[in-house]
Amino acid sequence: MSDDMDFEEGGAVKKFMFVNRKAPYGTVYALEGLEVVLISAAFDQDVSLAFVDDGVFQLVKGQKTDGVEMKNFSPTYRALEGYDIEKLYVERESMEARGLTEDDLLVDVQIMSAAEMGDMMAQQDVVISF
Amino acid sequence: MAMDVNGVSIETDEEGFLVNLSDWNPDVALELAKGESIELTDQHWEVINFLREYYDEYQIAPAVRVLTKAIGKKLGPDKGNSKYLYDLFPYGPGKQACKIAGLPKPTGCI
Repeated sequence: MSDDMDFEEGGAVKKFMFVNRKAPYGTVYALEGLEVVLISAAFDQDVSLAFVDDGVFQLVKGQKTDGVEMKNFSPTYRALEGYDIEKLYVERESMEARGLTEDDLLVDVQIMSAAEMGDMMAQQDVVISF
Repeated sequence: MAMDVNGVSIETDEEGFLVNLSDWNPDVALELAKGESIELTDQHWEVINFLREYYDEYQIAPAVRVLTKAIGKKLGPDKGNSKYLYDLFPYGPGKQACKIAGLPKPTGCI
């Protein structure tokens, strides 16, 4: 992980990973993280998203938020493809611990083990956790 | 701020975007367009309707780059380019078209 974020013109493309660890509602982390990801798309960097711990709940189909009076922003994850953000990684252990399978998720993702996720994080220039 | 459309008071924020997205209807769009000095043609409506469908599906207002690409895919390359969209909406298809379409300001748009 590097500290210098170089957005200068002609600067090298860096690998950015945004790690989502929290449930979608109850805190503002998931929504804020998603907005940062959408903005990051404008900088033409190599962006990926990781979903671990309760963060996997962000991708679950059929979210209904009327009861908590918050906007259901889960459809926005399906817009990521249009922003050329196509690397979505979900940690298998987190998913299985919550009784979820790939069929429960609203976007196409790559499932990987915690060890593989660790390797993936080690390859990044910048890892930002929400 | 507020504007009057057919005797109904519609609230807008300091930049002219609707406060309540559910207030939108075609007459509101005409009034919003008037505030932008734009006379809406079929070409404008095509973009406005596209934006409303996009928002309905994804719950965000798309970035200009994404909008341009998506318009090109749906309406053809002669419309999916910056020149065409800026001719219709001189102050930016992101900001101006989203405003008239009753969407929030695009994320990351300054």
